[in-house]
Order: sequence, then C-alpha cells, then structure tokens
Amino acid sequence: MTTEVPSSSTERYRAVQDSAEFGRLRHTARSFVFPMTVAFFLWYALYVLLSAYARGFMSAKIIGNINVALILGLLQFVSTFLIAWYYSRYAARKIDPLADKIRAELSAGDGDGVKNSED
Amino acid sequence: MEPHFLAAEVSTSTSRGLTITLFLVFVAVTLAITIWASRQTKTATDFYAGGRQFSGFQNGMAIGGDYMSAASFLGIAGLIALYGYDGFLYSIGFLVAWLVALLLVAEYLRNSGRYTMADVLAFRMRQRPVRTAASASTIVVSIFYLIAQMVGAGALVSLLLGIKPGATFLGMDAGTAKVATIILVGALMIVYVIVGGMKGTTYVQIVKAFMLMTGALVMTLLVLAHYKFNLSQLLGDAAAQSGKGDAFLEPGLRYGIESASASATFYSKMDLLSLGIALVLGTAGLPHILTRFYTVPTSKIARKSVLWAIGIIGTFYLFTLALGFGAAALVGGKAITAQDKAGNTAAPQLAQALGVDYLGGETGGAILLAVIAAVAFATILAVVAGLTLASSSSVAHDFYANVIRRGSASERDEVRVARISALVIGAVAIALSIFAQSLNVAFLVALAFAVAASANLPAILYSLFWRRFNTSGALWSIYGGLIAAVVLVFFSPVVSGSPTAMFPDSDWHWFPLSNPGIISIPIGFLCGWIGTVISKEDDTAKYAELEVRSLTGYGAH
Repeated sequence: MTTEVPSSSTERYRAVQDSAEFGRLRHTARSFVFPMTVAFFLWYALYVLLSAYARGFMSAKIIGNINVALILGLLQFVSTFLIAWYYSRYAARKIDPLADKIRAELSAGDGDGVKNSED
Repeated sequence: MEPHFLAAEVSTSTSRGLTITLFLVFVAVTLAITIWASRQTKTATDFYAGGRQFSGFQNGMAIGGDYMSAASFLGIAGLIALYGYDGFLYSIGFLVAWLVALLLVAEYLRNSGRYTMADVLAFRMRQRPVRTAASASTIVVSIFYLIAQMVGAGALVSLLLGIKPGATFLGMDAGTAKVATIILVGALMIVYVIVGGMKGTTYVQIVKAFMLMTGALVMTLLVLAHYKFNLSQLLGDAAAQSGKGDAFLEPGLRYGIESASASATFYSKMDLLSLGIALVLGTAGLPHILTRFYTVPTSKIARKSVLWAIGIIGTFYLFTLALGFGAAALVGGKAITAQDKAGNTAAPQLAQALGVDYLGGETGGAILLAVIAAVAFATILAVVAGLTLASSSSVAHDFYANVIRRGSASERDEVRVARISALVIGAVAIALSIFAQSLNVAFLVALAFAVAASANLPAILYSLFWRRFNTSGALWSIYGGLIAAVVLVFFSPVVSGSPTAMFPDSDWHWFPLSNPGIISIPIGFLCGWIGTVISKEDDTAKYAELEVRSLTGYGAH
C-alpha cells in the first residue's frame, strides 16, 4: 500500500500544490524536461527516418570509409551523453534547491519532523 | 580465416575445461555474495529494494548489469558482424531510450513508489484492478525476456562447450546438454533470488557488469590495436571480408530493405521505424529496470545512478561497434554463420581469433575464448536473476499483498510469497524455454520491449503527468497496449507465413510487420485517453499528493 497519511493532510497537499513556490518548482522542472524530451525524440526520429529513406545521403563517405550514417549514429551517442550531463547540472542548480526547500517546510510541518513512512 | 576455424577444433577441449572452471568460479563467488547478502536481508525493504542503501555508482553498475543482456552482448555484436551498419541501430535505440528514463521516469518513480512499478500506477487509483493489470503486464514482459535469455544460454552452450550434433559431452548429446544448461541456469537464478533478494541480486549485477565491461574493453583494444587505431581501415577490411562491399557500412542490409516490390519495400521501411520506436520507448517500461530505482536512498541518487548507467551502457555499445566490425573483419561472415546462423557466437569467435594472434597461438585463443564465454554465461545468469526478482516482487507485493489480502498481509508473509513466486516463475520459465528452443532470441527481446512500451509506458507517463488520468484509463491503457502488442505479433510474419517464422509451414499472418510497436504503442496511449474520458472518476486530491511527493521527495520511502 502507498503511505497512509492523515486525511487532514489532503488539504495540506492541495495548499502546497497551489502555492507559488511549488508552481515555480513544477515550472522549473517541466520547462526543461518536456522540451528536451521532444528535442531528443525528434533528433532520434530524424536519424531513423534518414536511415530508412535517405540512403544516398547516409552512404556519402566523409573520411576514408567513415560515412554520414556512422557519424550521425555516433552523434546520437554524443547528444545522449551531453543531454544527460546538462540535465544533471540543471537539476542540481535549479530544481533541487526548490524541491529541498519545500520538502523541508513540509517536514517541519509534521511537528517533530519525523517522516511519515516506516522505512 | 581458415586457420582460426581449424584452431577452434583443436583447442576445443582446452577452452571447454577453462570455460567451465571460470564459470564455476563466477558462480562460487556470486553464491558467496548471495549468502552474505541473505544474512542482511531481514525486512521486506531489504528483499525488494536491497535496503535502499546502494550508492549511485553501485546502482548504475547494477542497472548496466541488468540491461546489457545476451541480446546486447552476443546479439548486437552478431548483427553488426553479419549485417554491418544495421546492427548499430539497435545500440543507438537501446542507449537513447535511457533519456526517457532519466528525464521523465526515474526520479518521480523513486519519490512516489515503494517496491514495484504498480506502486506509482495505483497511487491514486482503485488498488485492486490496477495492481492486477500491472502485475499481469509485468509477468508477460518478464517471461518473454526470460525465455529469450535462457534460450540464448541453451543455444550458446553447445557452441561454446564444443558440442556438435553427434558429439557428446559428459555423456550428453547436444540436445540433452542444452536442456541441462537451461535447467542449471534456471536453478541458479532461483537460488540467487530466493536467498539473496534484491541485495544479493544487485551485487551479482555489479560483478557481472564489471566482468563484461573489462572483457569488452580488452577485446576492443586488441581489435583497434590490430588496425593501429585506424577506424577507417577496420571498416574497410570488414566491408571487404563481408563480401558486400560498401553496402555493409550503409543502412539497408537487414532493415528497410529496398526490393523490386513497392509494397515489400514500404513494409520493410515501416518495420525499421517500428523497431526504432519500440527500442527507444521500451526501456522506461521494463519492470526489472524500474525496480532498480528503488534500491537507492533518494531521487537525487536515482538520477546519479541513471547517469552512471548511461555512461557505462553507452561506452559498452561503442565497444560493440568494434567487436561487431572486428568479428566481420577478423573472423569473417562465413566462419560466423558456420557456427551460428544468427551470428550469436561472433563475439566469442572474435575472442578466439584475437587470442590466437596476440596471446600466443592456440592456447591463447582457447584462453580468451574461455574467458569471454564465461562472461557471456555470467551475463545471462545475472539478467535472468534480475527479471525473476522483478516479476516475483510484483506477484507478492501487488497481487498477493494488495489484491488478495487487501493490504493486510504482514511483511513476513509478503516476502515468503515473493520467494515462492520466484520458484514458480523460475520453473515456468525453465519449462517454456525448453519447449521454446527453436524460437528466435531477438524476436523475444524485441517483443518484450514492444509490450513494455505499449502497456507500461503510457500508464506510467499518464499517471505522473496527467491530472485527469484515472482507474479506467489505467486499465484501458495497460490491457489495450498489452493485447494489441501480443495479438499483432501473433498474426505477424514472425509467428507464421514466412520461411524464418516459428511455424514456417503454417500461415495465418495478416499483419505485415515483425515489430508491432508503431501500431501498438499509439494504441496504448489512445486507449489510456479513451478509458480516462469515459469515466467520471477524477481524484484531484490524490493527484495533488502525487504531484507534491513526486517532485519534492516528501514522504518518500
């Protein structure tokens, strides 16, 4: 079962959800992850579509036997590593401080600061 | 290439003995770890989530261990060795998929769930129907994935231990030895899971990931050194040896094949797109991957573990590029297909060829072959243990504790049921694998990804991000996606109506694609939307709680 919280906490969650502070946290997180998801998905889709329908372009050799297809494939690796690194930096600087602050406030509101779960 | 092939015959007995020895060492070490872990496994949290005490790096290695299966190591290297560039598509899809897990799923799941995927799906829904559905799709995905791994182990053993039709090993012929291997692998995985739980299984994954990365790194360095670190020369040699010339380095030998028939070309290209979508969306819906996020203390560490996993898995897939093209160049397509038509032995065969060239002749070849073969077995064993744990956790936590006992089961009861389920699921997988030996391994893995992307991912994303989503929507999306994926595969040319089908002599196929993803994934999302809007249930209070907890980590287990 999910954590049992007292029913009075329902109002608390609503109050937090409606607060400006939480709104900022949600906006900070979503304004990064949603556009970034769309971007990497389109970039990946472009690569798959080129593999399917742009054979001539993909087969063009750039250096020696290394062709466009291989370079674009390796760029998918590079972009994946870069997005992962950039997200972790963004999250640590912008998202985590907001989340930590709201969590601390909620925990303080628990009275003795004890978490409402047993493990 | 002929000498390497002959060397295989001569040095078979040396490497066979060494493979068995090394594999037994791996089993002994991991069993010792498992028994040690079992002494520290006291609560349900220990059993399901390894006590939530793993570090980001440890869990990142364990994720790599769970993810880099026989399909990744043997399958991709083999596909690249036989079809060149097209095999690389798998590597890219499998890696990019991790961004979905990193950006949209890992942290939120860690913050709002407890032991299983269903904890998040059922958070604001009616518990019993949603947990039943999640448990069903978890088991279907895991069983397909499990069978693929164990059939792979069975197929490998006769090749790696050098048992050919007619030849015998310890008095067993090839068929008996395969069955014996499947039973041995199955029995070992049951022991790991029942005794060690998540803690033991996680350490097994870490050891395996370390072995696999080291083995692949050594082989990659040897291949690159052979070509004096000139990638272009390696590619050129691979293309020349393949007999297909430049086409070997271009898309189109395996997927999206252009033929005289316009409709065949169209469907082949659709199949490529379908595979691409299933690969990139499947990962974040795999139950054994999702449960990994619960083994760390906080969502920040869950994020860190995914970053480590992306680094480890990405590096490994770069190695497979060298392994695949290296096998094409140094072993040759003919020698590979002579051993295994699907190319599954390309990596071990490359190990042998490299050993012969660089580690002192035949003995060196036998040693490197034995090491890589032992790594391959360790890989398979670790993955099946992870899958068994995820599915038995779902049976015990979702179905037994929450559906049958309606939340009144004690922790002790729950863990007892999880152990019994591991035994049952393991036994079922062993039995199915023995009967499924003729099935294609890649087909089963791709099906597992397609089912995960169709049934699980829509429900997870809707749960986390769509306020209106409700019980009816969850049931529609899970069952809709699950049924669509399984039915389309059943009526695809993979099952009947083509020379390479499971039932080549019958023909009931009407669905032209071998991967259902491009149809079944949108069906999963669409069903989730329809199911939601036709139901009046709209629990905004529970969504407030989920949103606050998933974003802040407040009240996380």
